[in-house]
Amino acid sequence: MSNITALGKEQHLALYRQMLEIRRTEEQLAKSHQAGLIPGACHTYVGEEAIATGVCAHLTHQDAVFSTHRGHGHALAKGVPPREVIAELFGRVTGCSRGRGGSMHLFSPEVGMMGTSGIVGPCILQATGAGYTSKLLNTGNVGVAFFGDGASNNGAFHEGLNLAAIYDLPVIFVCENNMYATEVAFSYATRNTEVAERARSYGMPGVAVDGNDVVAVYEAAAEAVKRARAGHGPTLIEGKTYRTRAHVEGMRDGGYRTQEEIDSWKARDPITTYRARLLEAGLVAEAEVNAVDEAVRVLVEEALEFAKNSPYPDPATVSRYIFSEASA
Amino acid sequence: MSTTTATTTREITFTAAAREALSEAMAADPRIFVVGEGIGARGGNFNTTTGLYELYGPMRLRDTPIVERGFVGMCTGAAMTGSRPVVDFMFVDFILDAMGELINQVAKMQYMSSGRLKMPMVLRGCIGISGASATHHSGSYYPLFVNIPGFKVVLPSNAYDAKGLLTTALKGDDPVLFLEHKLVLNNKGHVPEESYSIPFGQAAVVREGTQATVVALSSMVKKVSDACDSLAKEGISIELIDPRTVAPLDVDTVLQSVHKTGRLLIVDEAFGPCGVGAEISAQVTARGFDDLDAPIQRLNGVHTPTPYSPPLEAAVVPDVKQIVQAIRDLLAE
Ligand SMILES: Cc1ncc(C[n+]2csc(CCOP(=O)(O)OP(=O)(O)O)c2C)c(N)n1
Ligand SMILES: [Mg+2]
Repeated sequence: MSNITALGKEQHLALYRQMLEIRRTEEQLAKSHQAGLIPGACHTYVGEEAIATGVCAHLTHQDAVFSTHRGHGHALAKGVPPREVIAELFGRVTGCSRGRGGSMHLFSPEVGMMGTSGIVGPCILQATGAGYTSKLLNTGNVGVAFFGDGASNNGAFHEGLNLAAIYDLPVIFVCENNMYATEVAFSYATRNTEVAERARSYGMPGVAVDGNDVVAVYEAAAEAVKRARAGHGPTLIEGKTYRTRAHVEGMRDGGYRTQEEIDSWKARDPITTYRARLLEAGLVAEAEVNAVDEAVRVLVEEALEFAKNSPYPDPATVSRYIFSEASA
Repeated sequence: MSTTTATTTREITFTAAAREALSEAMAADPRIFVVGEGIGARGGNFNTTTGLYELYGPMRLRDTPIVERGFVGMCTGAAMTGSRPVVDFMFVDFILDAMGELINQVAKMQYMSSGRLKMPMVLRGCIGISGASATHHSGSYYPLFVNIPGFKVVLPSNAYDAKGLLTTALKGDDPVLFLEHKLVLNNKGHVPEESYSIPFGQAAVVREGTQATVVALSSMVKKVSDACDSLAKEGISIELIDPRTVAPLDVDTVLQSVHKTGRLLIVDEAFGPCGVGAEISAQVTARGFDDLDAPIQRLNGVHTPTPYSPPLEAAVVPDVKQIVQAIRDLLAE
């Protein structure tokens, strides 16, 4: 278990607040999906919030994050406001992708959110490319890829890690090992379920952490980001975690995993356990976390109202942005 | 069509002209880098980068492992973050390993991000059938890309166009396929020393004529030109159009020509079904039906994998004799 006394109160409250913002936003998204307000797909990150939160805490808006189909948490942790995420899933013009993307295409380059993706794998290569830009133009920025255990069996994993390693690129590869790809157990899909061990094959450090312990993730990411910024190349971080909701909202979630397994992971919820640890250690006062709870509740409530009241995009603009405006 | 008035020209090859465009652009813009297999110190299998490694070093002339998908994906992320990658595939057949990255990511990135990300990426490689290169080293494939929104597709047929079109590609913010037919690489032409650019979507009227319009792509421009020379001896007057880019496609120039000639033939080594000729034919029929005195005809490479043996290979590519016959048939309609 991580050493929580190494961080100050402000850092703890910030990490707690960020995880809770993701959780409350997604709980709202799940409800909205059931209510028919979201026309497309919605994969939640519930149970995995510590990973995006612990990693993105070290990033600036110039650092580039590339994400997956399960990307709401990455977008929010990178600084996309909940209102822009909710509005995007509602298909509104005020969404972060102006209604062109939806859940699996959340873009906000202004804060370094370079896209969630409907295709498993490419984010690994694109983060490598962000590392290439950093080195070519000497910017000091890092590229970060978040991806699942399923993606770690895709060729993009092999090609991306190898390229980042041979060119010494400032990239952090973050595998969110939640033990399943849809219903396929990771233990079925590979003979070696320790993703971090694969780093050795590429000649880079690999670190496995408890992905439900935000401070453990925070510390591993601190080291990886420091290494990358110092020009010492990429790191692979494996966060061992679990998604406690269905693969995608509305999908039946039975058969491939037991209720005991789900319950055991719910007992290790990254937010409630962290809250309890902080209070128990006396690192924050109850009133302080309560204030965060309330602030997040209001933020998400306002975000929902904002999204509901936002207009849809104008159909006349449907062919805009296929090419750069300068060349159109 | 150049945007600057050129003064000094020399006769150089297509490859040298394209390389000059690349070198000029790299000198002017430190964000441009090239990736590929053997494009560093070796200078490229087709001499696309000869001498550039000495000028710009390993970070900008980046030899890669054999990972077409990997380096296209890497270049996608690089372009999203402010670099301007040039991907040199050597043979464009190898691009097929990267199709997912190209179609799902590169082509859609600007749209998905509502125009807030740019995708300046040049994807270049050799196309075409020649020299018993057989079926894994002879594909053309450009109709696949023309079908996808988000790509610009350039088919230079001569040295002058190669330099001007590559300059445009390197200055723009969009993904561009720059496809170089093996049979035109060593052809020489008059090329200005100065930098110049040729806008995309402007066809060249290679020769004027009155009796029929022939649109020819890439290596077929030279073959059709030879066919026109031989027909001219009989007093047959053909207008030859080289679209130069097939996305965007300049149909207006073809329509103007058909308005004058009333007849149209499209000659293309690439496959016929759903190809560029089919598209031109559909658009000309839709917009210029009243100008047509005969059905539009196409002459394409045979719809088959490319065979190796020279007599078989010769049987799949349109040659001058077939082109002459196709034009005669069109005039007889
Ligand atoms: C290339 C590709 N193949 C298949 C899919 C369909 N698909 C969507 S999510 C998913 C499972 C991904 O598993 P993992 O990488 O472990 O991420 P998780 O959903 O567990 O977060 C699959 C197969 C896809 N989106 N892309
Ligand atoms: Mg998974």
